Amino acid sequence: MAASASAEAPLHGVMAPVLHRVVSRTRETSDTWTLELDPLGEAVRPRAGQFDMLYAFGVGEVPISTSGDHEDGSRLTHTIRAVGAVTSALCASDEGAVVGVRGPFGNEWPLAEAVGRDLVVVAGGIGLAPLRPAVRHAVARREDYGAVSVLVGARTPADLLFLDDIESWRSRLDAEVDVTVDAAPAGWRGRVGLVTELIPGAVFDPANAVAFVCGPEIMMTFVVRALADRGLATDRIWISMERNMRCGVGHCGHCQLGPTLICRDGPVYRADEMTRLMEVREL
Amino acid sequence: MESLAELIASSPVFAGLEDADLALIAGCAQNVGFEEGQLLSREGDPADTFFLVRRGRVAFELHTPDRGGLVIDTADAGDVVGWSWLFPPYRWHFDARAAEGVRAIAFDGACLRGKCAEDTRLGYELMKRFAQVMIDRLQHTRFRLLDVYGGVGVG
Repeated sequence: MAASASAEAPLHGVMAPVLHRVVSRTRETSDTWTLELDPLGEAVRPRAGQFDMLYAFGVGEVPISTSGDHEDGSRLTHTIRAVGAVTSALCASDEGAVVGVRGPFGNEWPLAEAVGRDLVVVAGGIGLAPLRPAVRHAVARREDYGAVSVLVGARTPADLLFLDDIESWRSRLDAEVDVTVDAAPAGWRGRVGLVTELIPGAVFDPANAVAFVCGPEIMMTFVVRALADRGLATDRIWISMERNMRCGVGHCGHCQLGPTLICRDGPVYRADEMTRLMEVREL
Repeated sequence: MESLAELIASSPVFAGLEDADLALIAGCAQNVGFEEGQLLSREGDPADTFFLVRRGRVAFELHTPDRGGLVIDTADAGDVVGWSWLFPPYRWHFDARAAEGVRAIAFDGACLRGKCAEDTRLGYELMKRFAQVMIDRLQHTRFRLLDVYGGVGVG
């Protein structure tokens, strides 16, 4: 795992946001934007799977996963869905606006675990954002992996993120990409149905595969079951959890889930360690 | 080249049936093809036929005055299209349209219904298998009712 801010910096350091300027703002869907941010101070360099706390000054702070290539250097990429006051303010930040960034926090997708194995990536909705850097990494180092399958679910075709990436991955002869939506207007030629329905036909050897899964918790529960039904051991399935992260360094306790603090110990967990907790209704 | 009975036997819904049953079902079946956009069935029409998709994708469509056509589900290779042939009033509940070029096996549901009535063992066997198809579809539909991707955020 990469050292995160919680491990390498004193607390007062990680609690002070670094100013970043919005250098581009791209609309992905009706409610989702991607911001590219350049640092005005020391650069923040998140790895695939990690998150930053983004601060809309005067409004508040939210945890947002990195959605860009971690090799890109100091520029940050964050894809944000406008669901509340802070995310709406961030999504409305025009080019030139300044936001605060703390991080990076949490652990990363265990790409090293997947080297030499088949890689299955299952994303639902905005869950494709934290997975995009991992998929980009895998296709950029294609020789390191066996079969690469990317399975994407969304509400409607208009809610699909990163269409350019999806088309780019799809155009490769050495990666399988399958997309499904919950409903579509007439004329849609793709699949309609659950993302779990893509798993029986996905190209991977369950005996030698690793899966990365991100999406709504209920979706991840069913995806883990479907992958296990295909014979993939749950200790080789990794899921990214989301809770109410506030401090990012395991001090405030807002993101506690049973014995774990998501911001400090996660957000990426092995499914066999997390699914029992996910089934406890009170948590 | 595989016979119709062999093709039918290799599909999940008919797998494991006795040879005599497969031969009987194959007697009610024929290979068919549909161009992209062509209708396999139309909502309200008599449901005397059902299909087993061999290649391509079929879109199930519903039409509403305010929202126009909506694809509510799709069927791919190995999937069954249609179960209304088993239940009164034997009419299609949706349009089934080829989303791309489709190769399928079409079954004479009315003929098979008659054979099921004569041979209740076969009828029960087919009813169990189509009930499983319906349960799978129902569970998937229930899950999609959750609108999990819509979600409610707070941040």
